[in-house]
Amino acid sequence: MIIGERKPLEEVFDRTSSFNKILVLGCETCVAVCLAGGKKEAEETAEAISLHRKKENQPVEVKAESVQRQCEFEFIDEFKDLMNDYDVVLSLACGVGVQTMVDRYPEKIVLPGLNTTFLGYPLEQGVWMENCQACGDCVLDKTHGICPITRCTKSMLNGPCGGSSEGKCEISGDIEIECGWHLIHERLKALGKLDYMEEVEPPKNWSTSFHGGPRKIVREDVKIVRGE
Amino acid sequence: MFAGSNLEKVLANGHFAITGELGPMRGTDLGPCLEHAEHMRNHVDAFNITDNQTAVVRIASMATAIKLVERGMDPVMQMTVRDRNRICLQADVLGGASCGVKNFLCIQGDHQTLGSEPQAKGVYDVDSTQLMKVIKDMRDENKFVSGDEMEAPLDAFIGGVVNPFADPFEYRPARFAKKIAAGVNFVQTQCIYDMDRLKEYMKRVVDMGLHEKCYILAGITPLKAIGAAMYMKNNVAGIIIPDEIVKRLKGAKEKPGGVKAEGLKLCVEQIQQVKEIEGIHGAHIMAIAWEEKVPEIVEAVGGLMPRPKFDD
Ligand code: SF4
Ligand code: SF4
Repeated sequence: MIIGERKPLEEVFDRTSSFNKILVLGCETCVAVCLAGGKKEAEETAEAISLHRKKENQPVEVKAESVQRQCEFEFIDEFKDLMNDYDVVLSLACGVGVQTMVDRYPEKIVLPGLNTTFLGYPLEQGVWMENCQACGDCVLDKTHGICPITRCTKSMLNGPCGGSSEGKCEISGDIEIECGWHLIHERLKALGKLDYMEEVEPPKNWSTSFHGGPRKIVREDVKIVRGE
Repeated sequence: MFAGSNLEKVLANGHFAITGELGPMRGTDLGPCLEHAEHMRNHVDAFNITDNQTAVVRIASMATAIKLVERGMDPVMQMTVRDRNRICLQADVLGGASCGVKNFLCIQGDHQTLGSEPQAKGVYDVDSTQLMKVIKDMRDENKFVSGDEMEAPLDAFIGGVVNPFADPFEYRPARFAKKIAAGVNFVQTQCIYDMDRLKEYMKRVVDMGLHEKCYILAGITPLKAIGAAMYMKNNVAGIIIPDEIVKRLKGAKEKPGGVKAEGLKLCVEQIQQVKEIEGIHGAHIMAIAWEEKVPEIVEAVGGLMPRPKFDD
């Protein structure tokens, strides 16, 4: 899922300081699950803005709401009326949600309340980890389920660099980062498939990733042709 | 002969090769670097020029390499895949080669977050193994990655690095074999301090016959101070400094010449030891911020001077 982190409150206060009617809009899908942008976080954020503005002697009207999926028109359409009552939306959805809102309500200012950080999963309570960069040409079959693009800090395709030490990546500091290629090696060893570690993997085609420009998928088979 | 560089000739003729490392400056004056090169001119066969070493911005390795060519020296132009995509890497190989550079050394490069510009975007379009193959295909097939034909041929002696001290240890010889399959002609190792581990690694390398397909230069770095040794031991991933070495340096504090003399002595002994290991074809001396000591080290090893000379 998409993992996000709430922007620091100081930044939120600063960006919203010129508005007097603020709608804080959470999203109940990915960012709610990662405890960053659901209804609860929207309420906390609204409360914090309200308190801050009181302290600053600049009272504000602020409301917290949440939508099932902020990245789909059919879900955000239900906010049409509510939108008229506010002069800014502080979106706690991921960047996709923010932009979907802008697309639907072009006359409104929509501000991001989250930093969208990565595609990943919860490792344990309170720990999330990135494991896919949506490169557009998945190689997980070759590495048997561990992504070299994401889990290797240098996105290497031919095994670990010389900085891999005791299972840790060379960039490990206060936070330990596992060496992705160490993990791949261990996994292939367990599966009896170490042969792959000897193959020279040619340069990757990055044009299927963001390096080919913003991506768009058009599927004629599922498009709805008006008038039919 | 792949490129006929001085380094390649030395190795191909069965001599124990000696190369020295040069780190370009962090400003526009290349003077100190060229002075170091002149100072070790008669003691090394080639000069390995780092490419924004440790991810710190410096004068480009290609510019430095070309300056050395102009002075009749044989540069090994390091190329990391951290800062350039395949367009720029291939362009720099052409650029270097068109100005007389013959040795190209492909490395991954330390990650940018560890260097002077930690907010930089890393490139990593190809990895170091792929870069070897890219240069090999340019040289042997006359083709760019895209498959397009080059307009004029490339001569290149392709270098790389191997690290017997990184993990997983059991995989390291296979990784070396992969680099050979990708086209590497010579490699230099990470700085050696743990002789036992190097010997174990080389035993496996020799058993696999890799030393017959690729020249191996042992990476040697003299230790100048106990602090430097401790820093490397604790903070540089992929370098192993055994406790005995630290102990030996500490024990030398009161001796004449102190830690520095002991560090040089240790370095000379290391070169003497690696010379005896089957499969090692030379030594690459990385006397970081101590380049002026290279001639002294080479002379002290014994039997290395004068360096072989070839008529062009
Ligand atoms: S290979 Fe590409 S698509 Fe597959 S997990 Fe990695 S980044 Fe995602
Ligand atoms: S240490 Fe491992 S994860 Fe880190 S860059 Fe090297 S190979 Fe990749």
